[in-house]
Amino acid sequence: MKKLLLYLLLTAAALLMLYPLLWLLGASFKTNDEIFTSVWFMPKVLDLSVYKRAWQTVTPYTMGHYFLNTFMIIVPKTAFAVLSSVLVAYGFARFDFPLKKLFYGLLICGMLMPSIVTVMPMYSFWSRLGLLDTYIPLTLPALFAGEGMFVFILIQFFKGIPREFDEAARIDGCGTLKTLFLVLVPCIKPAVISIAVFTFLWTMNDFLGPLIMIQSVEKYPLSLALRLSVDSTGQGYELRTVIAMSVIGLIPSLAVFAIAQKKFVSGITAGGLTG
Amino acid sequence: MKTRTYRNPTGVSRYTGLLLISPFIIGALLLIVYPFVSSFITGLTDGSSFVGFENYKHILSDGQIRSSAAVTLKYALILVPLKLIVSLAAALVLNMELRGIGIFRTAFYIPSILGANLAVIIMWQYLFTSDGLVNQLLETVGLSPVSWYGDPNAALFMIVLLRLWEFGSTMIIFLAALRDIPRELYEAARVDGCGRARAFFSITLPQLKNVIFINLVLQTIAAMQEFNAPYILTGGGPLGKTRTIGMYIYEEMFTYGDAGMANALSWLLFMLIALIVFIMYRVTGTLRRDG
Repeated sequence: MKKLLLYLLLTAAALLMLYPLLWLLGASFKTNDEIFTSVWFMPKVLDLSVYKRAWQTVTPYTMGHYFLNTFMIIVPKTAFAVLSSVLVAYGFARFDFPLKKLFYGLLICGMLMPSIVTVMPMYSFWSRLGLLDTYIPLTLPALFAGEGMFVFILIQFFKGIPREFDEAARIDGCGTLKTLFLVLVPCIKPAVISIAVFTFLWTMNDFLGPLIMIQSVEKYPLSLALRLSVDSTGQGYELRTVIAMSVIGLIPSLAVFAIAQKKFVSGITAGGLTG
Repeated sequence: MKTRTYRNPTGVSRYTGLLLISPFIIGALLLIVYPFVSSFITGLTDGSSFVGFENYKHILSDGQIRSSAAVTLKYALILVPLKLIVSLAAALVLNMELRGIGIFRTAFYIPSILGANLAVIIMWQYLFTSDGLVNQLLETVGLSPVSWYGDPNAALFMIVLLRLWEFGSTMIIFLAALRDIPRELYEAARVDGCGRARAFFSITLPQLKNVIFINLVLQTIAAMQEFNAPYILTGGGPLGKTRTIGMYIYEEMFTYGDAGMANALSWLLFMLIALIVFIMYRVTGTLRRDG
């Protein structure tokens, strides 16, 4: 009986959490009038043509164009972030070197550094190099292990692997890098996947970065294109087109989460963030 | 100066580690040290020529900036405790061993992965319009509708609700920590005749104090630099009552083109956040150590 009550409570809470998303999906089929008169998410008619209009967008380009732009940022950024975080975390976790404490301190400092503080100087920096309105300011920093949190999580994972693994690899003739990529990285695959997934999700969500660095509509990633569409729709405009665009915009994040979910969640929960 | 011995496997130079972390060293110079120094120095100019501490003096005396700082602090003070309490409570419930609990964990976690996604913020905007879903629901249960964009407190609370809805990321960290608490502690407590509430206060909370601290710091930093939500949802209104410092910096730079002011304000915001984190660290110091 008590258990049943608990399930009911949990289900109600879960529905409350997910209802806004359901509502968004439903609203993409509704007329303005219906959106503002009915609380229930199910639309009266399912007219899929709205998604065709949404795909065309109100801007000169289709959503496919903006998706492609977004992926041109995401793919290199994710590769850079994973590679650099793994190397740096390996260095911290397995080796002793001069000024190690100082650099570790800087790593923690970096995690506490608010991005709104760094964004203004970085804007001037990239502007002086003439690289504004390119994807370099958005992707290149990932090559320098810019996300301290990732390095921190990976260090905890590396520390969880017995040092005997390294020694065995060394005896078998593996050098420093071979040991890392052939022996250690396969052991911490869930953590590496978590980092890739987080980079993907955060880049999908990033708004301030592109807002400041990218100026031409042609190069807009999805987030800026959405914002532009909302702004350019006036009074009396059909909301469902913009809402359908939002729904399409959420699909990549949800898909990646669904695919990676199992490994991803174990990657964070075992992440030793708690230590 | 005493010489240090480096504990490395045989055949590994003490510079190998340094070489491995070299991307981070470049990154730290480019992404941490440079912005910190550069924003301070640019803050001493009006964008081109040197003006001394004028910008900093102006910031500390300007009424608008002061009210923007007050808005940001108020926002953080409401959001952070609420988010910590809700995510800890959810983690406690979801830590129970029940069939199908994984589905609920995922359901609670999903809003946070979509988090700052623009589509979600746009969705929020529509949910809270004067005849939007939230007001319709309020009317259904017999309450009067709220003017979410007209009333300063309601507008701020609408932003708080958006970020609160995304409590999943903090919840996941609490869940991981709860799983690390040794079972034996609870069993021993039960043998000693300790009730559930007592066990929560004498075992769970003390065991979680480091994680609570980490979450507190991370959430405070995030709240102090809030930009996206007020920028898109309210544009800082009504009457600038949701204009956070983050928005203020952006407007100084890109609306008024005052790079000196924007950088000075950025630098002071960093100092303010560092101060808050330092105070939190000191105040909770004794709490985190004993027990």
